Amino acid sequence: MTCDIILAGVGGQGVLSIAAIIAGAALDEGLQVRQSEVHGMAQRGGAVSAHLRISDRHIACDLVPSGGADMILSMEPVESLRYLSFLKPGGVIVTAAEPFVNIPDYPDLAPLIKAIESQPRSRVVAAAELAKKAGSARAVNMVMVGAASSFIPVASASMEARIAKLFAAKEASLVEVNLKAFASGRAFAADGRAFAAEA
Amino acid sequence: MGSDDVVLLADEAIALGAVHAGLGAAYGYPGTPSTEILEYLIALYEKGRGPRAAWCANEKTAYEEALGASFAGKRALVTMKHVGLNVAADPFVNSALVAIKGGLVLAIADDPGMHSSQDEQDSRFYAQFAGVPCLEPTSQQEAYEMTREAFDLSERFQLPVMVRITTRLAHSRSGVKPREPRAENPLGKCADKAAWTLLPANGRRRYDRLCKIQGELEAWSAASAWNPVAAGAGAADFVVVTGGLGRNYYEENLGDLEARLGKGKLPARLHVGAYPLPEAKIRELAAGTKRILVIEEGSPFIERAIRGVLPSGVAVSGKLDGALPRIGELNPDNVRQAMGLPPRPAAPLAPPPLPGRPPQLCQGCPHADSYQAVAKALEGLPSTLVTADIGCYALGALPPFSVPEALVCMGASISMAVGAAEAGYENVVGFIGDSTFLHSGMTGLVDAVSREVAVTIVILDNSIVAMTGGQKTMLPSARIEEIVRGIGVEPAHVAVIDPSPSQAARNAELFRREIAHRGVSVVIARRECLEAIKAKKKSAARETAAKGACK
Ligand code: SF4
Repeated sequence: MTCDIILAGVGGQGVLSIAAIIAGAALDEGLQVRQSEVHGMAQRGGAVSAHLRISDRHIACDLVPSGGADMILSMEPVESLRYLSFLKPGGVIVTAAEPFVNIPDYPDLAPLIKAIESQPRSRVVAAAELAKKAGSARAVNMVMVGAASSFIPVASASMEARIAKLFAAKEASLVEVNLKAFASGRAFAADGRAFAAEA
Repeated sequence: MGSDDVVLLADEAIALGAVHAGLGAAYGYPGTPSTEILEYLIALYEKGRGPRAAWCANEKTAYEEALGASFAGKRALVTMKHVGLNVAADPFVNSALVAIKGGLVLAIADDPGMHSSQDEQDSRFYAQFAGVPCLEPTSQQEAYEMTREAFDLSERFQLPVMVRITTRLAHSRSGVKPREPRAENPLGKCADKAAWTLLPANGRRRYDRLCKIQGELEAWSAASAWNPVAAGAGAADFVVVTGGLGRNYYEENLGDLEARLGKGKLPARLHVGAYPLPEAKIRELAAGTKRILVIEEGSPFIERAIRGVLPSGVAVSGKLDGALPRIGELNPDNVRQAMGLPPRPAAPLAPPPLPGRPPQLCQGCPHADSYQAVAKALEGLPSTLVTADIGCYALGALPPFSVPEALVCMGASISMAVGAAEAGYENVVGFIGDSTFLHSGMTGLVDAVSREVAVTIVILDNSIVAMTGGQKTMLPSARIEEIVRGIGVEPAHVAVIDPSPSQAARNAELFRREIAHRGVSVVIARRECLEAIKAKKKSAARETAAKGACK
């Protein structure tokens, strides 16, 4: 079993916190993990990506090859399309619906979302809305972990345990909110809808 | 993963390896992708669980402090990014001549692809130039093991040892199995004074020793398990040499290569993880072969050397003949192509055209206000020239600011401004950050003052080293002002401003006046970095939460 994920977003959006939860959960299940991160200049409001590789066997390198990703998990729409060449045939795109606009030439949203939804397997997640409902606008990242979770061969209980651990270290009240956010993201992405191409 | 494994960045694995090797002290200067090595050690030190670890004014002082610790008998680690070694080149090269006492290890992180750097220089050249061994890990576990071994080697050969990593490994996490730690060395300086006082007579003897020990290093490298040969079962006319992360990308594609060549028909391969190059192994590997493919991360270092080692009948292929790209990073795809494999099938998706998203200053960053104010002040003036330096504010060279016209290396903003002004430009402004000023900007200011050159230096004082993740500046803000005055800038032309939007008009006015002054002006633009404020708030919140829990 291997699962290669490209995490995409804009510097400062917390891409690494998502990678940390998924990677931690995989490790807890005894799997091998390699997780490459972006530090330094690229982090300042620019496009960032992280590669997360999970396997039950030795992982040779830190980078996912082109055409090798099982999933692109993005914090916002434009970035979800930037790394398409990495996606395997049959790979999934999971992205938050809300755009992060810090450039003057951000494209019109409606055609952008349409372009994402026209990819064979994609989920556009109303992450901000779900996070607010769960109790905190800042729980967006855990909504996205939840949305991705049903496509990753790691038990959701393992991810929940990691989330609980992470937030308990910060503030106890955050645990519940973030677990709720995770659950709502998971339910949203796995609500039984078929992917466009398979409908 | 076993239960006692720890998940670490390779940077952190180096740090842990050093601690377990009996580390006595660690010094460095922050620089992506090396920063996390020392951050890990400083965190341990601050918790009272590790030896002295500290950021230094620059890479040269860091290296020299480590050298002092080594002279005193302690094992010492020094960390920096590749270009930092240019700054520390003097002590590094000369430290190969002394009789290293406590193991001295330089952990250096190169940045091929220039994710966060101004060039891609390959530190292996420095190791070769200085005549010291270099180890290059390809995994987090190797980063740990090689660092431990580097300390042993350093004491065995009485030489400093380099551990070189590159961005992708430095910033990748994986499980590491630690081993039993070794105790620290006792304090005790080197008894052989002559071996540490490099007067010409001693220097000559020591240089002779350095040259003579090269043979021993080569013998060590030839026998080292870090330079493994995988026997080939395929046609002997094609063999492979990998170096650094080239190994990992080669192995990523090995299954497909075997499928193509036939089971058990893979070419023979040498991986080089320890330098000096194991030349005899290369000759042996290449005996009877027609083509040798070299896959190494960084410059064509092995490739060039191999061209010299092998008879002319063998075609050496790699970065010099275009089999692999000459610049940028290796990756699973370009290595795959060099291995003669077709691209993997990708999802047949057509992305719409996307806008680029380059890095930029944070919304509300104080540097933005400083750039705008200077741009306003320069408006309509003839003969203007603006230099800048290394840090977040380098991003001001991009739109929408586009103010700096030259930006080369740490500290150069001031000295280049001086040169440009003396060459004849009249309205010259140099931008430099607070920590860059302390790193190597001060000396340029000494030159400016000594010759009363008409330049306006803007010190962007945001109270932290923002670019590399918010390390504390070496000295408090107020001290920078004292230094500037102490160097001799006329007090009437030292100003401290608040680079905030509400002060925009007043600041532009002040810049206009100082630029008109025909001598040295220094304007300190003092406002805290937004990331620093965030970090402060976070730690304050954490403290309150902790207090609440204790009630
Ligand atoms: S991190 Fe600080 S100094 Fe850097 S761009 Fe952001 S606000 Fe400015």
